[in-house]
Amino acid sequence: MTSLRVFFIGGRIAYRALFNWISPWIYIPTMLGSPFFQILFFTYLGRFAGVEDDAFFVVGNAVQVCAMAGVYAACMTIANERYFATLAPLLATPANRLALFLGRGVPVLLNGLFISAFGFVVGWVFLDFSPASGSLLPLAVVLVVTVFSCTAFGMGLGSLGLRTRDVFFAANLAYYLLLLFCGVNVPLADLPTWMQEVAKCLPLTHGIAAAREVAAGASLSSVASLVWTELGIGVVYASVAFGLFRLLEAEGRRRATLETI
Amino acid sequence: MSVARLIWTGWLFHMKTLTLSGFFLLTSFVQPMIFASIAFFLVEAGGQPGTLLYAALGAGMMGIWSSTLFGSGGAIQWQRWQGTLELLVAAPAPFLLVLLPLALATASIGLYSLTMTLLWGRLLFGVPLELVHPFAFIVAVPATVLGLGLLGLLLASTFILYRHANAMSNLLEYPVWLVTGLLVPVSLLPVWVEPLSWVLAPTWGVRAIRDAAIGGDPWPAIGMCLLLGAVYFALATVFLRHFERLARERATLALT
Repeated sequence: MTSLRVFFIGGRIAYRALFNWISPWIYIPTMLGSPFFQILFFTYLGRFAGVEDDAFFVVGNAVQVCAMAGVYAACMTIANERYFATLAPLLATPANRLALFLGRGVPVLLNGLFISAFGFVVGWVFLDFSPASGSLLPLAVVLVVTVFSCTAFGMGLGSLGLRTRDVFFAANLAYYLLLLFCGVNVPLADLPTWMQEVAKCLPLTHGIAAAREVAAGASLSSVASLVWTELGIGVVYASVAFGLFRLLEAEGRRRATLETI
Repeated sequence: MSVARLIWTGWLFHMKTLTLSGFFLLTSFVQPMIFASIAFFLVEAGGQPGTLLYAALGAGMMGIWSSTLFGSGGAIQWQRWQGTLELLVAAPAPFLLVLLPLALATASIGLYSLTMTLLWGRLLFGVPLELVHPFAFIVAVPATVLGLGLLGLLLASTFILYRHANAMSNLLEYPVWLVTGLLVPVSLLPVWVEPLSWVLAPTWGVRAIRDAAIGGDPWPAIGMCLLLGAVYFALATVFLRHFERLARERATLALT
């Protein structure tokens, strides 16, 4: 029962306290405005280059912008404990660590879903994108799985914030690398082989591929292998993230560096 | 003489500070390389001949805009966080002359990104680096940096009353890349966008640099860049005086 409270209520409180961009004055320009223009920018770039159609760029970027929450917000809800000097008191509590850790991911996941949904609406209203009829439900399923794996990835980065001095450098870098590697704007087949291999291990890649097929009218069952792979990648990242969290917690205690900034 | 010394010393100081900042290294080195790579891959996939250098120069300019936007846009906010804003405003030197070298430095540091994207393009994508008008290129680059730096000064002066300037910087990065034709020609955008592009220095800066590098007459664009810079400076002087007075009256100078 206590773990459930830590998971739901603790996660919500942590999100409200530690996610720096929650004020509408910051949230709207950063979490909605920036993705809005990102989608327009890359779609027009695609038109200029004569590569693929609007739907390719709208779906790729609308899914990828979930990383605004999945990477940045996830990082903040973990790493900011240290920057705000609340990490030591938090870790002094006997709270279940798994509930404490995973609970922070739920608001981030919901936020990521909202931003991606907003991205699809932008493509539908402002660009030449209209998803196939009946594709909304399967698209939502693909999106939930993809945002989950991206959030797990971001929580891994956030866990690194228990040790590294500038985890937001890593978060920025990760956001841009996802843009390059995951087939968001460049078709995977046009990337060098080594980049394609790296992309297979990253979140978003399989989810974006599945979302493109589903938006074009494919059934959920026909992209099941892509969705399961994305889910598997998410589970692996979540496990690694939690492992890192526990490891760096123990290291921080041993070295007395929990409050070092 | 003391004004020139203030600007030079301030510029040098901020160049050193920004060069040591992880965030600006990311903005000036890593981010332009990533965006340049995306542009190169897309241009190659599209099979349009002769567009690689066009893309490399555009991606470099994107880096100059990003460093100017985040540096100048966040200038007041950082001074607030560091507790130095009141001291700088109270100093005998006009606040405009304190901000000017910072704005120029944030644009100058973007030169790293132009260099990086050209080198990156040359080494990995075989981008040809023969310049059609080398002398004009040497003039166009500092003129562009000056134009963008003064636009940065205008941003810094208008953001003095806005407590969430960094959020505004996040918002303005992509639209200016798009509207000023850094990678996508303005002619591909809706017609109403074109007049917007005329009042933004990056439009003329990238045009000057491209005309000098790829071929064309860069001098009108260089002239426009400098003219717009003068207009930005005049506007920044007025805004800064007005907003500084307002901030003093409302006692909001140091509020974060």
